[in-house]
Amino acid sequence: MQKQNKPKEPNPKTDMIILKTATNYLIPLLLMFSVFILLRGHYLSGGGFVGGLIASIAFILHSLAHSTEETLKFFKFPPKTLIPTGISISVLSGFLPVLFGKPFLTVLWIKTPIAIIGSVGTALFFDLGVFLIVIGVTLTIIFTIQEHV
Amino acid sequence: MPTILILTFVIAFLILFSGGFLRSKFYKYIGIIPLALFIIFCAELTTIHWGSDIYIPFKWIPFLGIDLNLKLDGLSLLFALLITGIGTLVFIYASNYLKKHPYLNRFYGYMTLFMGAMLGVVLSDNLISLFVFWELTSISSFFLIGFNNEEEASRKSALNALGITALGGFFMLGGFILIYNITGTFSIRELIKLSDVIQQNALFPLVLVLIFLGAFTKSAQFPFHSWLPGAMKAPTPVSAYLHSATMVKAGIYLLARMTPVLSDGLWWNYTLMIVGGITMFYAAFHSVFRTDMKSILAYSTISALGIIVFLLGIGNEYAYYAAVTFILVHALYKAALFLTAGIVDHAVHTRDITQISGLKNVMPLVFYAALVAALSSAGVPLMFGFISKDLIYEATLHLPQWAMWITGIAVLTNIFLACAGFMVGIKPFMGKFPEKFQNIHKPDIKLWLPVVILSSLTLLFGLFPVLADKGVLEFAFNKINQASSNIHLKIWHGFNEVLLLSTITILLGFALFFIKRYEGKSLYFIEKFNKIAPQKIIDNLAEATRKFAFYYTRLFHNGYLRNYLITIILFLTLLVGYRLFTTTPIEVNTKDLSGFRFYELTIFVLILIAIFFTIMTKSRLTAIVSMGIVGYCICLIYVFYGAPDLAMTQFAIDTLTVVLFVLVLYKLPPFLGYKSVTVKIRDTIVSAAFGGLMMLIALQALVSPYTKETSKFYADNVYSLAKGKNVVNVILVDFRGFDTMIEGIVLSIAALGVYSLLKYKSTNAETE
Repeated sequence: MQKQNKPKEPNPKTDMIILKTATNYLIPLLLMFSVFILLRGHYLSGGGFVGGLIASIAFILHSLAHSTEETLKFFKFPPKTLIPTGISISVLSGFLPVLFGKPFLTVLWIKTPIAIIGSVGTALFFDLGVFLIVIGVTLTIIFTIQEHV
Repeated sequence: MPTILILTFVIAFLILFSGGFLRSKFYKYIGIIPLALFIIFCAELTTIHWGSDIYIPFKWIPFLGIDLNLKLDGLSLLFALLITGIGTLVFIYASNYLKKHPYLNRFYGYMTLFMGAMLGVVLSDNLISLFVFWELTSISSFFLIGFNNEEEASRKSALNALGITALGGFFMLGGFILIYNITGTFSIRELIKLSDVIQQNALFPLVLVLIFLGAFTKSAQFPFHSWLPGAMKAPTPVSAYLHSATMVKAGIYLLARMTPVLSDGLWWNYTLMIVGGITMFYAAFHSVFRTDMKSILAYSTISALGIIVFLLGIGNEYAYYAAVTFILVHALYKAALFLTAGIVDHAVHTRDITQISGLKNVMPLVFYAALVAALSSAGVPLMFGFISKDLIYEATLHLPQWAMWITGIAVLTNIFLACAGFMVGIKPFMGKFPEKFQNIHKPDIKLWLPVVILSSLTLLFGLFPVLADKGVLEFAFNKINQASSNIHLKIWHGFNEVLLLSTITILLGFALFFIKRYEGKSLYFIEKFNKIAPQKIIDNLAEATRKFAFYYTRLFHNGYLRNYLITIILFLTLLVGYRLFTTTPIEVNTKDLSGFRFYELTIFVLILIAIFFTIMTKSRLTAIVSMGIVGYCICLIYVFYGAPDLAMTQFAIDTLTVVLFVLVLYKLPPFLGYKSVTVKIRDTIVSAAFGGLMMLIALQALVSPYTKETSKFYADNVYSLAKGKNVVNVILVDFRGFDTMIEGIVLSIAALGVYSLLKYKSTNAETE
């Protein structure tokens, strides 16, 4: 079993060229798909958690094909900043009804549906928060491990 | 009012996260925030004056009885005015005291956070929201005590304070929940009507103990007082604000607030009298042996808190009136003395009263202000303190039994307190001005003005007590007593035994002050007692807990993943198995089971093959991939049985797990197949037992009668209540949204854990 040894002299240009080319096209597709999953969650299978996982897989695939540094270039801020952002969005979406005099986390809805997205309520923002938390958590864990192994 | 409260928190966080964005120029004007609040609360004085309370209902989690109902009555208003009023002065003071400090944003962020939390405590009508704000005050106090986070002593004191107050808060929460179980409400307004129900309940003593633990730890009562002197590591403005004028009074507030509910004339009163009595005497005695100004003040604060608790315990009208008056008196003079200590420290860089003298020549204004505060603390006539001291003696003399003895203790306490006040307020200013202080700078107006304002108020209320009385004290008293009375604050009570006691107190206080020699020796004397001091006991307890945790961790967390797995699975098997076999008769109904469909069979065979490979292979990679196949097969089973959401999530998770494994592959030690037979047998037994048990449970679940109430509720209401069609997702984001939110936070903590552990290790490796 030679798997324990890294291949000598990796050539960044030609190694795994199929995977590298493929991920470049797959990333936008997967990301769009994850958003699609997030949006359809309220009526059909899907939701923020799964959507977040799919989005993280997209990035991880890219990082495996290229390198963590390459993937991190997609982010203006490191992925760990997504965690507080996500939590804030979720919590704030829960506090929004409070301003209307309703209990914390009551879901408010906009009456008229918006094109493509469908009906919009605070639940969607709550789910968006979950989506971001999951991406942030997964990528933080995996990228940290990648960097230190 | 809720808007104001929320706004305070928003501002606090804005300041906190502003970083270096706000230049220190801005902080010159930061006193505006508490000042605005102070003015708002002052405006409410008129409402209270016409005898009506303000009550603002605000739903939070209504089905659990948890609301954010705010109410403002006399007692709340007294505290709210103290919090915002002294807050204003301290904010102004600190803007000079901590000038050019790099972390001013943190300081003011935490201070504003504290102010909001403290207002929340005194305005909440609901016990749970009160508890939440209560804990927030502990947390902000933790950050402020540890403000100089580079000093170890500072960090240790902060942890000590948080440990003691949070532990008390935890017990208090238990007490609140017990009250809810007994009465079915968390609302203090309603509890007052239900006080008989609580007091006749068999659990009443337990309720008392739990709530006392909360209040006594927060208000630093004996034997939980030890955190307060340690808290003096905080910058002086913090000590003045949190640890003498406001936060430590939260416990007092709670006791005063609960007096109409819980005061039963026996347990409540005697406990408070004994604990308060011990605290006031013990701490007053200690205070005169200290030489550090802040340390003296810390002990005299504990003693003052003890006096208030003691007064609430006495429980007659004089005592309640004395308590509310003393709260105001003490806040005014103690804050002034603390701020004076800060000015002295700022000017001569020491707080040791044996070193300092003659400052009167340099800062005459501060001296006169401090003198007024010290005289008020001694209860000299025409000071506000005189009036409260008279009321205290009235209260003790009106006790039905042991009146003489208890009055004696009160007099002794007050003599010590008077001396302690002189030591801080007079001693540093008298005597010869030492040469080494020649080139000290004069205090800025922002430093001395707050002290002067506080002392002017002491004088003003001392000369015209009716201002304070009619202003707010009377209404605060009415809330504790639940009835009005004809006691009013007066300067002159005539020649009676109270006046005699007052005179004795003042004279002996002065005598003690002049007789006492100011050397370091007295400190050694008192330190002999440290071995049996409560602080030592708490330290030992903490050390023992640490040791226990260490051995416990060594035992269970030995670093071998396989051992963790075996421990968890064995424990689960035994526990669940025990429950299963002892409570339900095992029936297995094989007749009604449907037969295998061919694709189910395929998956089953696939899983078996994958497991076979996992166990038998010599390559770790093969094992990982085979495990991945097992995971995917399980996803397929979910798909077949109509759980697409679960399947999707499981697919994603399985993929990530395999990726994770592959990532750490290089780092793992060489893969060892099973070598020893005993290990093989052991693992076979454990896994067979667990698998068998799971099978039994699954079969048992099929025959057990079950209701579909829960799932029916969600299916019926998912569209009408939550406008969604995917039940799983709607449960996650709507019906049980709170759970999801907390889970998100748990995930984040896990991520932070991984991140910090790995980063920590790698930075360590770099330094080596």
